[in-house]
Amino acid sequence: MSATSVNVAAEATESQPLSRGRVGMWCLIIAESAIFLIFVVAYIFYMGKSLDGPTPAQILTVPVITTICLLSSSFTMHWATGALREGKQLLFRVFWFITLALGATFLIGTLREWHRFIYKENFTISTNLFGTTFYSLVGLHASHVAIGLIALSTVMVLALFGKVKQEHHERCEVLAMYWHFVDAIWVVVFTIVYGLGR
Amino acid sequence: MATDSITLPSPRAESRSVVLDWLCTVDHKKIGIMYIVYALIFLVIMGCEAILMRIQLARPELHFMTAAAFNRLFTMHGTTGIFFVAMPILIGFGNYLVPLMIGARDMAFPRLNAFSFWMTAFGGIFLYASFFAGGSLLQGGGAPAVGWFAYAPLTSPAFSPGHGTDFWILSLLVAGVGSIGAAVNFVATILCMRCPGMTLGKMPLLAWMNLVTAGMILVAISPLTAAQLMLMADRFLGSHFFDPAAGGQPVLWMHFFWIFGHPEVYILVIPAFAFISEILPVFSRKAIFGYPAMVAATTGIGFVSLGVWAHHMFAVGMPSYGNAFFVLTTMVVAVPTGIKIFNWLATLWGGKIRFATPMLFCLAFLFQFLIGGLTGIMLATAPFDWQLTNSYFVVAHFHYIIVGGILFGIFGAFYYWFPKMTGRMLSEKLGKWHFWIMVIGFHLTFDFMHVPGLLGMPRRIYTYQAGRGWGVWNMITSIGVIFQVAAILIFVYNMVHSYFKGAVAGNDPWDAWTLEWATTSPPPDYNFSTVPTVRSRRPLWDIKHPEDPDWKYE
Repeated sequence: MSATSVNVAAEATESQPLSRGRVGMWCLIIAESAIFLIFVVAYIFYMGKSLDGPTPAQILTVPVITTICLLSSSFTMHWATGALREGKQLLFRVFWFITLALGATFLIGTLREWHRFIYKENFTISTNLFGTTFYSLVGLHASHVAIGLIALSTVMVLALFGKVKQEHHERCEVLAMYWHFVDAIWVVVFTIVYGLGR
Repeated sequence: MATDSITLPSPRAESRSVVLDWLCTVDHKKIGIMYIVYALIFLVIMGCEAILMRIQLARPELHFMTAAAFNRLFTMHGTTGIFFVAMPILIGFGNYLVPLMIGARDMAFPRLNAFSFWMTAFGGIFLYASFFAGGSLLQGGGAPAVGWFAYAPLTSPAFSPGHGTDFWILSLLVAGVGSIGAAVNFVATILCMRCPGMTLGKMPLLAWMNLVTAGMILVAISPLTAAQLMLMADRFLGSHFFDPAAGGQPVLWMHFFWIFGHPEVYILVIPAFAFISEILPVFSRKAIFGYPAMVAATTGIGFVSLGVWAHHMFAVGMPSYGNAFFVLTTMVVAVPTGIKIFNWLATLWGGKIRFATPMLFCLAFLFQFLIGGLTGIMLATAPFDWQLTNSYFVVAHFHYIIVGGILFGIFGAFYYWFPKMTGRMLSEKLGKWHFWIMVIGFHLTFDFMHVPGLLGMPRRIYTYQAGRGWGVWNMITSIGVIFQVAAILIFVYNMVHSYFKGAVAGNDPWDAWTLEWATTSPPPDYNFSTVPTVRSRRPLWDIKHPEDPDWKYE
């Protein structure tokens, strides 16, 4: 894992020395991946082992729209950082805002899903093993989205005050790495929770 | 700075500013020293806990303390030793030495560095706050009593009422964040901050081994963090990860814990390997033997150690192919470890050996680590392990590694680098007293501790009946502690005395070859006035011997 990360970073900056920001973020991503791996293992290990209902098939609906929102936010994030690298301020701010809005939509979707489960279906983290693993895995991911949104909003506010300049593109790209990671994790969580586990 | 009238600060304001300076520092050397001092304080605390336990176990059917107090003491002793002594002291030495050795002026992220230290520091203080969180202090207060690996379902609210376990969970979570932050910093520093000419192949082995350790922290501490989050959800939110009543399986905790727990052993021992790999060559007056093989073996240990965790669980009833797999992977670790031992021996071979105190500790490390490794291979054999699981044989084995290996390596590092950190030499005479009394105490305690294990004495019992044949061995074990305490007292006295009165060290008291000895002792804030350029693995040798530099041969 660390070997590939080094290679990726090395290819990106062939002639100049490695960027510490990127290496640091790769390390964080490796550590976070290990945390998610443990939660994913727990989810798979306990699939179908709940002693009583509800089962995933009874209450889960596939969150198609919010998933599309989150995944497309990776593209807008990519365009935003690309625009900043070329110094196109307006384009950067527009795409950054769209990314923020798409991420927020995803989080609102999760909140509505949980609200329905808790208040209508009476399904909580202590209901059964499915509840335990579902809320912890999806919640862990959602908390990462929330942290990402806080970081994105900070940059957005700074950008609106004109503090984010072209020379800051490297820092924004490091933040973008985190955002892409959160998206990639959702692909895994989505596949397991709403695909295999249902 | 230039003012017309100079007002001298009052002594009180000056001491306040010194304290503030240390509290707010982002300098890797100061943070490193804070890690080390912090760990030494906890070393004394965990030592006191060990003394109390050894008094209780010295004779059969003693009632020096209650069973509840004993449970709290061994939990705190183990948790403190791993997370608040060994981890911080090794990260501290790495913090101090890695930037100096790679010719950098600081770590890659100085503020993250300070953050990581304070997280670790708060974790330890928080853990010890549990003593004051309920119950009589003579009974161990409200401290956790679940053992350092805290098996489920003992940690469930039904079996662990009160908040001791919660203190344990939260303090390890916080300290874990600190460790991960430190690891991120090490990787970024070593990959991005090396001085001109220092390719990965010319980097000192200490930096290499810290790189591998940091990589392992990233992938091994995170599972612990995840498992602690689950346990916290179980205790606070009513989830059922490890709750058998709702279909949860306690064995899952065992797996998650040991996925962290076994690599952790190597996270602790590889930095000790790093000290040995730097000190042995200097006192043998030879370059390290087999540098590339050492790097490859370290990396190999790093990878293999991620796949051996269930050898802690042979007695749990895994399928036979599971047992076979983990026996095999555990045996495989012996191969790269053996390569290292042979390389160290080959470094000594034909060398002009100087028996200074750092060298003595390193030589003792070689023997003791080897014996600890051999009992490890015994325990890695599943049928043998079934006989001795949870016995004092296991306790003796891992203390052989942690005290006889890691702690001896750390002592060697102290005698070797103390002059660099303070500008003063530690007394050689006191150092030799420290060494020999420690050796005697260590062997009295931990050699003889194997025997009651073989005779069937389980770990974690607070007393035992007379007539089991365990009494003599426990008495010898406890007597050894007296020697160890004496050795530590000499060590502490030596450090304090030498800090004020020791011989002035100069830049390079050991005639060594790595970059930290190229600057003053202690180094200035910026480490190097001009960033050095490196052409070989022993840059200082090249400077001292321009007629015969290493780079002609490498």
